[in-house]
Amino acid sequence: MTTLADAPTQVPPPVAAPEQGTRPFPLLRHSLVLAGRAVLKIRRTPEQLLDVTLQPIIFVLLFVYVFGGAVSGSTHDYLQYVLPAIMVQTVLFSSLSIGVNLNTDIKKGVFDRFRSLPIARSAPLIGAVSAEVVRFTVSVVVLMGVGYALGFRVGTDPLSALAGCLLAIAFALCMSWVAVFLGTWLRESGSVQGIGFLLLFPLTFGSNMFVPTASLPGWLQAWVKVNPVSHLTDAIRGLLVGGPVAGPVAWAVLSGGLILAVFAPLAVTTYRRKTL
Amino acid sequence: MYAIEAEGLVKRFGATTALAGVDLAVQPGTVLGVLGPNGAGKTTAVRVLATLLRPDAGSARVGGLDVVRDASRVRRLVGLTGQYAAVDDDLTGTENLVMIGRLLDLRGADAKRRAAELLAGFDLSDAANRPAKTYSGGMRRRLDLAASLVGRPSVIFLDEPTTGLDPTKRDEVWTTVRQLVAEGATVLLTTQYLDEADALADEISVFDHGRIIAHGTPHELKKIVGNQSLEVRPVEEDRLPDVARVLAEVAGVPAESPRRGVLQVPVLGDDALTAAVARFAADGIAVTELALKLPGLDEVFAALTGAPATSDEEDAA
Repeated sequence: MTTLADAPTQVPPPVAAPEQGTRPFPLLRHSLVLAGRAVLKIRRTPEQLLDVTLQPIIFVLLFVYVFGGAVSGSTHDYLQYVLPAIMVQTVLFSSLSIGVNLNTDIKKGVFDRFRSLPIARSAPLIGAVSAEVVRFTVSVVVLMGVGYALGFRVGTDPLSALAGCLLAIAFALCMSWVAVFLGTWLRESGSVQGIGFLLLFPLTFGSNMFVPTASLPGWLQAWVKVNPVSHLTDAIRGLLVGGPVAGPVAWAVLSGGLILAVFAPLAVTTYRRKTL
Repeated sequence: MYAIEAEGLVKRFGATTALAGVDLAVQPGTVLGVLGPNGAGKTTAVRVLATLLRPDAGSARVGGLDVVRDASRVRRLVGLTGQYAAVDDDLTGTENLVMIGRLLDLRGADAKRRAAELLAGFDLSDAANRPAKTYSGGMRRRLDLAASLVGRPSVIFLDEPTTGLDPTKRDEVWTTVRQLVAEGATVLLTTQYLDEADALADEISVFDHGRIIAHGTPHELKKIVGNQSLEVRPVEEDRLPDVARVLAEVAGVPAESPRRGVLQVPVLGDDALTAAVARFAADGIAVTELALKLPGLDEVFAALTGAPATSDEEDAA
């Protein structure tokens, strides 16, 4: 056992590199660098954008032409009604993919490198979530483009419409933390997708997204009225097409903030627990 | 002060005990070889020392800083290269290294300069602007090694850096390790190969079932293990009987033929090689191959524990 020769030490012992903490906001800077990495990865593998480009197009076409006549009596009226909802649905479903991606990324070893660097444990997660803005923005732009081509028109003013789009993106960013939590917590990326869909189906279809609440049975109406996605859909309808805005926006911001406040720390904790 | 120091490190994963009380001490500017089979706890030890895992008991210091309490300062000091190449496949070589530089708080231009410097040093300049997924296994490993050196770490952990590399690439990694040490770095290297530890390490710790079952210089360890063998292939096959006679005289036991045209005897010290060379020269026997072969991991473990490396038998020195 430990039979160390007392070799003379001619090499000076290592000293910690001078704290380079003189540069301010390390968490923000490191998160931005890592967000830049994620954006680069999106640009390198544009097929990653399929879910945020093709999916909204297909959903708009299907919903408008399959349900339009039955629900609203005319495809144009239904387009005005359903486009804000599809915006919500698209960004919510694409918020899942970050959980799947992180889960595979963490297994591949790049995250070991991040962990061995003197950066905050939350920086890789914050960076990855921030980069999702790119994907959400692409999907919102594509959706508005398809909508306009089919005859959708903003019923309010451009500024309100922009605010509506930003609200959808911001809410999706909050929901991304649920996906990040699932991605760090669950072992398999397949189960991240599975559980994510299980959570999202009642949230999206069990809402006022595709049909008026009044047409639903009482017990379902009770759920729809507390479902944060209903409030979000109301808010975005209000901002894009017209109708009440203040109340729904307040509810959407509140529930989004609540989701963020619960799941972001939870995700960082599970991520840390898996390491140090 | 030791560059790396650990006392009584214990790490359990559920019912498995990966580390069962490990003590380490590495002098600055030297290489410690951590030798052991798969599952011996080598990687776990590296991950604890590199602040990726929290030990369940015991303590460790790197550069005098506690790996749990001072983790973030330890991270400024260390470089880590894992068993698998931890590079980002979608990013180019340059982008991978610049990203690490930025995360280490280098300014943009400095990060780019450092990346170019390292890519040149690792013979990757030509591939600098290609995504890492187009790299060969050896190139990825070199990029990974480069990534761990961006911050000029003074303590470097290399976890099986040559596993899966062909002999040429392995030699390149060995050269790099020697350069790093020449520049003053302290290296802890895990390996499954005694010859690698012998080639690079100043001292070797042999791991088995989460414990250190032997520690010493490569020379000391080889003395414990004994059975090195001398392998000779004469130019002309009809000189084999003469070779056999010389080997038997040098080693004191009859030679055997492991392969056609090759003779082998177990020998004890390094002197046997010199003696054999002198005798071949005196007798005018020309040889194409003459090598002192080190025992494999299995023989090391057989000698140290009386059981092969793959055995589940709990044993300690």
